[in-house]
Amino acid sequence: MPDSTLVGLHHEEEHHPELLHHFSDAEQQRDASSLGMWVFLATELMFFGGMFCAYLIYRHWYFGDFGAASKSINMAMGATNTAVLICSSLTVVLAVWAAQTARRGLLLISLAVTILLGLTFLGIKGVEYRDKFIEHHVPGPSFSFAHEPIPGREGEYANPQHAQIFFSLYFVMTGLHALHMIIGLGIFTWLFCMAWKGRFTPEYNTPVEIGGLYWHFVDIVWIYLFPLLYLIDRHR
Amino acid sequence: MSAPSKSSPLPLYFAVFIALLVGTGLTVFAATLDLGPFNAPVALLIATIKATLVALFFMHVWHASEKLTKLVVIAAIFFLMLLLGLTMSDYATRPWS
Repeated sequence: MPDSTLVGLHHEEEHHPELLHHFSDAEQQRDASSLGMWVFLATELMFFGGMFCAYLIYRHWYFGDFGAASKSINMAMGATNTAVLICSSLTVVLAVWAAQTARRGLLLISLAVTILLGLTFLGIKGVEYRDKFIEHHVPGPSFSFAHEPIPGREGEYANPQHAQIFFSLYFVMTGLHALHMIIGLGIFTWLFCMAWKGRFTPEYNTPVEIGGLYWHFVDIVWIYLFPLLYLIDRHR
Repeated sequence: MSAPSKSSPLPLYFAVFIALLVGTGLTVFAATLDLGPFNAPVALLIATIKATLVALFFMHVWHASEKLTKLVVIAAIFFLMLLLGLTMSDYATRPWS
C-alpha cells in the first residue's frame, strides 16, 4: 500500500485527519477554535454596543418622539421574529448535540430547519421594511412623519427630525443584524454541505459548535433589539 | 467536545427554549402595562435573563467551558458596561441641558 507508507513518512503516529500539526491533541485544537470565536464575539459585542449607546443617548433626549416612532413599527412581526430566532437557536443546539453523538439524520434536519428559520426571519424583516418604505418612514428626502401624536401627551406631535433619528437607528441596527443573519445563513449552508459529506463525527465537530456560537450571539442581539426598538411606550 | 455529564442535555435545552418563549410573551405583555418609570427596566431585565439563558446553556458557558472562555465573556460584558454605564451616567445627570 504506497499510500499508507507515504502517510507513515509524514506522521509518526496515527491521528485524526482533521487534527492540525501545531496542536498537540484534538481537545487543544477545539479549545483554541472556540476561544477564537469567543474573542471575535467580544469584538462584535463592542461593535453593536456602540450603536446601542448611540440609541440610548438619543432615546434619553427625544423619548416622546422615539415613543411615537416606535409605535409605527409592527410589533406582531417583531414578536414573531423573536420567536422564530428562539426556535432557530433550539435547532442549533440540537445540531451541535447531534454532531457530538453521531446522529447524522438529526444533524442534517436541524441544520436545514435552522436555515429555513433564518430565511423566515429575513422574509418577515423584508415585509417590515417594505411597510416602512410605503409609509415614507425611511430616512432621506422623502421622509415624512407629520402629525404623529406623542404617546401620553395630549395635543403634542412628534418632531419629524427626531423621529428620523429613531428610524435611522432602527434601519442601521436591524440592517446590520440582518447582515449578520445573512452571513450566518452562509455559514450554516456550508455546515450543511459538510455534514452531508459526513465530515462531522463525535471526535471532530468544532465547525458546528463555533458556527452555533455565532448564531446564538446574533440571537442575543435580537433579544435586546426587540424590546428597545419595538416596545417603547406601547401602553399609552 | 465531550459532553459534561452522561445524561442527555435535551431536557435542559427544551426547558431553556420554553423559558425563552415565555420570556418573549412576558415582554410583550409587560409593554402593554403602565409601569410608570419601570417599563424600560422591566423590558431590559427580561431581555438580560433571556440573553443569560442563551449564553449559559445554549452557548455552553456554564458547562464544558474553559476558564479562559469565561474570562473573555466577563471582560466583554465589563467593557460594554463601562461604555454604556459611564456614558449614560453622564447624559442622565445633566439637568442643565
